[in-house]
Amino acid sequence: MSIFEAILLTVITASTPLVIAALGELVTERSGVLNLGVEGMMIMGAVGAFAAAQLTGSAYIGIVGGIVSGALFSLLFAFLTLTLVANQVATGLALTILGLGASGMLGEAFVGAPGIRLLPIEIPVLSAIPYIGTVLFKQDLIFYLSILLVIAVNWFLFRSRTGLKIRAIGDNHASAHALGIDVIRMRYLAVMFGGACSGLAGAQLSLIYTPQWTENMSGGRGWIALALVVFASWRPWRLLAGGYLFGAVTILQLHAQAFGIGIPSQFLSMLPYAATVVVLIIISHNRRTTLINTPASLGKAFVPDR
Amino acid sequence: MKKLALALAATAALVLSIGSAAEAADKTKVCFVYVGTRTDGGWTQAHENGRLQVEKEFGDKIETPYLESVPEGPDAERAIERMARSGCSLIFTTSFGYMDATVAVAKKFPKVKFEHATGFKAADNVATYNSRFYEGRYISGIIAGKLSKTGTAGYIATFPIPEVVMGINAFEAGAKSVNPNFKMKVIWVNTWFDPGKEADAAKALIDQGVDILAQHTDTTAPMQVAEQRGVKAFGQASDMIKAGPNVQLTAIIDTWGNYYSKRVKALLDGTWKSEQSWDGLKDGILTMAPYTNMPDDVKKLASETEAKIKSGELHPFTGPINKQDGTPWLKAGEKADDGTLLGMNFYIEGVDDKLPAQ
Repeated sequence: MSIFEAILLTVITASTPLVIAALGELVTERSGVLNLGVEGMMIMGAVGAFAAAQLTGSAYIGIVGGIVSGALFSLLFAFLTLTLVANQVATGLALTILGLGASGMLGEAFVGAPGIRLLPIEIPVLSAIPYIGTVLFKQDLIFYLSILLVIAVNWFLFRSRTGLKIRAIGDNHASAHALGIDVIRMRYLAVMFGGACSGLAGAQLSLIYTPQWTENMSGGRGWIALALVVFASWRPWRLLAGGYLFGAVTILQLHAQAFGIGIPSQFLSMLPYAATVVVLIIISHNRRTTLINTPASLGKAFVPDR
Repeated sequence: MKKLALALAATAALVLSIGSAAEAADKTKVCFVYVGTRTDGGWTQAHENGRLQVEKEFGDKIETPYLESVPEGPDAERAIERMARSGCSLIFTTSFGYMDATVAVAKKFPKVKFEHATGFKAADNVATYNSRFYEGRYISGIIAGKLSKTGTAGYIATFPIPEVVMGINAFEAGAKSVNPNFKMKVIWVNTWFDPGKEADAAKALIDQGVDILAQHTDTTAPMQVAEQRGVKAFGQASDMIKAGPNVQLTAIIDTWGNYYSKRVKALLDGTWKSEQSWDGLKDGILTMAPYTNMPDDVKKLASETEAKIKSGELHPFTGPINKQDGTPWLKAGEKADDGTLLGMNFYIEGVDDKLPAQ
């Protein structure tokens, strides 16, 4: 394997959880709900996936465990903010703190247990393409899922009727309600999709990225996913590009250090964030397109009049 | 409903405080403040093992409450003060970043005794203790120098503080003693604890032709990458053989237990005094995990080196050693003094990295 392929492989592993978690949050935010609990749902997904894989011996059941844990945990957020109309920002932050603590408690029995690695699936013919074949077509299931999810979400939001309804709710929940759309029900589903995606991203962490359970192993990736959604101005393809840009700069700075090019490591560690800021400035240059894409009801509480 | 809950909580608190007061009457409180979680598999777990040893030894005479995941900074001072107020006689604060907080609280509570790990600020009621980790890293370096085919090792470093720079230099010094052309590649991840980032750094080093890994970070993620890629590696703070059964060569294990029990005994006997202790392999504050996954001659060399360090025959930093730019640091036969080591801010020759500014 050439160094080019090796780097690409590491970049994919580092970017996949960011893309998946951000994609889920994108759908949630498109419906007008701001869930800052991504980090908490991700870590719950990681512990759920690890536990399920340990107890059954199957990494695939682990994936299911991660998705279910994330979705169930997000249900708590949905109940508090949609049914009880609690403040979304405060509840989201609480969800993160609760998730980090609860996962540590639930996972105590699994600390130090050797992980079960999700093995790659080789796609015949395509994997024989030189340079990119082994990198792109000899990957694990979660990577394939992440790409399929981007395509599916993009189609769903902009080409399907239900997607149109979700965007309508996100832009003006009162009008959508007046049109007869069940705002609360749709938002419940959108929040749970976000939770399921964060859970899947967590499963990638504890089954592929570093197949082990360690407290706080999400290491702030949930926050980066949140930033990615804004970075992508709520568009799935931009989100994919942003996720890979961030992953690539993160990995390349490590290679630059190992290569010994003599640039201070603190500066290199800062690069992924600096790159994000630069791209954000370029994107927000055109205020009109930014405003069109921003869900206008984002973070606003909705109480249906009966 | 709210009132009822409050009343219940108040009653519960009262019952709890009475319970602990009754217990504390005849037991001395020895308290611990941890920076990470007890189960981190590395640094904090090593301190937790020490606490458990003390409890086992003096269990009928003492209680050992602890606080975990206490961040360095303003929270630390609050946490330590809370411990002092709750009747602790001796408080171990187990992270470098607790230094100023420990000293500040110690001023307010002159009767309470404090012990701060890896720091350098002491007072009448503040002792410091540290471990000569570099002795273990020197042995690791010798093993790496013998086994590496590419003559290059990779080191996953955390923050450019003297402790870490000293570790990198000790490793290089050991490797150089058996392979004069030995090189080291260093990646600074700027964190003690981030499994994903540690794994990424390990992969980057391996992809660039390193065939032996050493880490200064706290989790087993780099060891796991090494195991997957079939690259030999060294564990850190705790034995990591479970994460790398086929690749771990040895690990530097922190064994604070003996020190803790010595100090608790002094406290109970009334002979506790503020001291600045910096023990090493010979005192058992630091032990090497079994030498595994290497040929017998290397194993023998490693054990012999360990014995020589223990007997005092060998000091890892013995000249001639040049600084990175080739200027002389230690003359032939000259040994580094503790002051220079504790403030180390330069690389020795052979480290292929630019030291970040501190």
